[in-house]
Amino acid sequence: MGVKKRKRHTAITSTPATVDDLRSGEEGILDRIDLPEDIARRLMELGFLPGNAIVPSRVAPGGGARVFQVDGSEVALRNDTSRKLHLRRSRTPVLP
Amino acid sequence: MSNCHDTPRVGLLPNPTIPVPHSSSGDRPVIVAIVGPPNSGKSTLFNRLTGLRQKVANFPGVTVEHRMGKAKLKDRHEVFLVDLPGVYSLHPQSEDEKVAHDMLKGLRPGFARPDAVILILDATNLGRHLVLAAPVLDLGLPTLILLNMADDLAVRGGEVDVAALSKELNSPVALISAAKGKGIEQIQQFLSGTAANLAAAKPARIELPVLNDVPNCRQWATKLGNRASYRAPVPPVWTRRLDSVFLHPVWGPLVFVAVVITVFQSIFSWAQPIMDGMTALVASSGQWMGHMLPDGVFKSLLIEGVWSGVGSVIVFLPQILLLFLFIGVLEDSGYLARAALIADRTMSKIGLQGKSFIPLLSAYACAVPAVMATRVIENKRDRIATIMIAPLMTCSARLPVYTLVIAAFVPNIYLIRGVLSLPTVTMLLLYLLGFVAAVVVARILKSTVLKSKRSVFILEMPPYRLPTMQSLGLRLYDRGKVFLHRAGTVILLVAIGLWILAHLPLSHGQMPPIENSFAGMVGKTVEPVIKPLGFNWKIGIGLITSLAAREVIVGTLGTIYGIEGGDGNTQGLQAALHADLSPAGAVALLVFFAFALQCFSTIAVVRRETGSWKWPIFQFSYMLALAYGASWAAYEIAGLFLH
Repeated sequence: MGVKKRKRHTAITSTPATVDDLRSGEEGILDRIDLPEDIARRLMELGFLPGNAIVPSRVAPGGGARVFQVDGSEVALRNDTSRKLHLRRSRTPVLP
Repeated sequence: MSNCHDTPRVGLLPNPTIPVPHSSSGDRPVIVAIVGPPNSGKSTLFNRLTGLRQKVANFPGVTVEHRMGKAKLKDRHEVFLVDLPGVYSLHPQSEDEKVAHDMLKGLRPGFARPDAVILILDATNLGRHLVLAAPVLDLGLPTLILLNMADDLAVRGGEVDVAALSKELNSPVALISAAKGKGIEQIQQFLSGTAANLAAAKPARIELPVLNDVPNCRQWATKLGNRASYRAPVPPVWTRRLDSVFLHPVWGPLVFVAVVITVFQSIFSWAQPIMDGMTALVASSGQWMGHMLPDGVFKSLLIEGVWSGVGSVIVFLPQILLLFLFIGVLEDSGYLARAALIADRTMSKIGLQGKSFIPLLSAYACAVPAVMATRVIENKRDRIATIMIAPLMTCSARLPVYTLVIAAFVPNIYLIRGVLSLPTVTMLLLYLLGFVAAVVVARILKSTVLKSKRSVFILEMPPYRLPTMQSLGLRLYDRGKVFLHRAGTVILLVAIGLWILAHLPLSHGQMPPIENSFAGMVGKTVEPVIKPLGFNWKIGIGLITSLAAREVIVGTLGTIYGIEGGDGNTQGLQAALHADLSPAGAVALLVFFAFALQCFSTIAVVRRETGSWKWPIFQFSYMLALAYGASWAAYEIAGLFLH
C-alpha cells in the first residue's frame, strides 16, 4: 500500500514532497515537521532537524516502516510518520 | 525468576540507596552520576568501573531503575557511581528523562545531588551526541566527558582532537573504549582527583546555547566538533552487511525463527549433561546425609522436606542461565532493535507498536524487568496493554515446570534427525501458545478498554556490537544469585511449611498418611474444582503453592513424593508424576501454566507500575479464567487422542 502511494506522489510532482516520497538511496533535505510538539522534539533529538539530509535505507521486512540515515545514525519510522516530514524543494519551483 | 529487580536483595554494598553511607572520615562518599544517550556504552563503562560491587535499585517513588556501585580506585577514596537511564536530552519529557533531570539537579527527594558527572558519548556519532553536553555542562558540576568507541572511530577512519575539545568545553575530555578497557586509568584519575578536592574541580562557565532550542544546540555541537577538528567516521560496514541479512524481507524473519529454534534446542540438549550431573549430585548428597543423620523428625524434615523440595528446583539453574545468556546476547548486540522493526507491522495490527516487542521479548526471561521496560513506550494505553500481556510470554520460571512434565510424558524422538526433537517441538508450541494468547488479548484490550489513536513508532537502530564477556558474565551472576536466593527463601519456606502441614495433625502420636494431613485436606478441598482439568489433590497442593512462583510446584511435588517415600529428585519425580497425571492431564497442566499468573513479584510490580490495584487484579483474574478454560478444553481434546 505504501509503495503505491509513493509512486502516485512521484507521478504528480517531479520532486518528492515528504520523506515518505523519497526512494531508497535518494537524498532529501528536511524543511519542517508537521507533528505534535513532543513527537517533533523527539525526532529533532534523533537528528531530524530542518536543513539536515535524510536518506532512506532499508524497508522493514514486514513493511509499513523504513529505516532512514540521518545525522550519522539510522532511525526507523513508520510511513505515516515520515509522511509528516516535509522536504525542502531542491529544484526551484516554477512560480508566477 | 520474577523478583529480578524489585525486591531488595542482599547486596555487596553497605546500603547503596539513600541515605548514602558515611565513610570512616565522617564525610559522605563522593557520588558521581554517569549520563549518556542510549547506545553510548554507558552500562559497559559502569560494569567496567564497578565490576561486582554494584546492584540494581529503584528510585524511591518511581519505577525507573538505576544501578549503583562502588568504583575501584587506586588510592583509598570511595566513589559511588550512579548509572542513570540513557537520555538524549535533559528536557523532562519521558519518565527516564525526568528522573535524570531531577537527579542531576538534586530535585529528587531523599537523593543527594551528585558531586560530579561522567558524560559518556559515542565518538563515532559525536555531532549528535555532543548536544547532550550543553544541558549537562549547564549543571555547573565537575564533568568528565568520555568519547567512547575510540577503537571503532579509528577503524572507520574518524578522528577528533581531544585537547582542543577539552579547551572548548573547559572540562577534561578522554577518548576511551569501555568495551576494550582502554583509557580507564584516565577515568580513575578524574574520580580520585574529584574525590580529593571537589571545590577545585568546579569548572569555569562556558558559553552554552539555548537549551530548549534543539536546532540551536545541534549547531553549537557542530561548531564544537569543527573546532576540535572532528572527522566523522565512514558508516559501519559490518552493520550494513548484517542488516542486509537481518532486515532482508525473506531472510530476516527466517533468521529470527532459526535463532529461536536454536535457543530452545540447545536448552534441551546442551544443558542436559550439566542438569544430569546436578541431579546426581543432589541425589547422592541427600543419600549421604541420610546415612550420616540419625533417624527422626529432623532427618525427615531435612531429607524429605528441604532436600527433595529445594533440590528438585536448583537442578534447573543451568537451563535458566543458558536462556539468560541467549537473551543477553540478543540485547547487547543490538539485534533487539531489528526484531522490534520486524515486529512493528504485526504489532500495529493488534494496536500496539514495535517498541512493545522489546519488553515482550525480554519477558521470555522474566516478566518483572519486562514490565519495567515498558516505560520506553510513550503512549500510556499502549504501555498498560503491553504490561497486561507481558506475563503471557513464557518466562524462565515456567521452564522447570515445562521441562519436568515434557521429560516425563513426551518421548525423546527426533523429528528431523539430530536437529529437532519432539520435546523441543512441544516446548516451541508452548512458547507459541503464550505468544498467540498475548496477541489475541492485546487485540481485544486495544479495541475496547484501552482504545487509543494509532501510536507512533520511532526507534534508533544502533550499530551491531559484540557483547562483552564482562556484561554477559555480570548478567548471569546476577540471575544465578536471584534464582538461588529464591530457592533459599521462598522455595525453602514452602518446603518446610508443606512438610509440617503434611505431617499434622498427629493421630495417636503418629504422623498421618499424607491424604489425611492438613496439606492433604487442602488438596482434597480444591480437588473438585480441578478434577475437570484432570488434576488430583496432589497437583492441587502444587497449584496452590505455585501461586507464589511457578517453579515452586516442582519443589512441592518433590517434597510430597519425598514424604511418600519415593525418590525426591527430578528423575524420580518424572516417574512419580505418571501415577498422578494421565497424558491428557499433563497437557492440561502445561496449558494451565502457560496462562495462569502465578507470580507474586509480577503482581507487585504491575501494581507499582500502573499505580493502582485495578490492573493487577484484572490481570490475575483474566489470566486465571483463561488458564482454567483453556486447560479444561485441552484436557477434553487431548483425552480423545491420548490414553
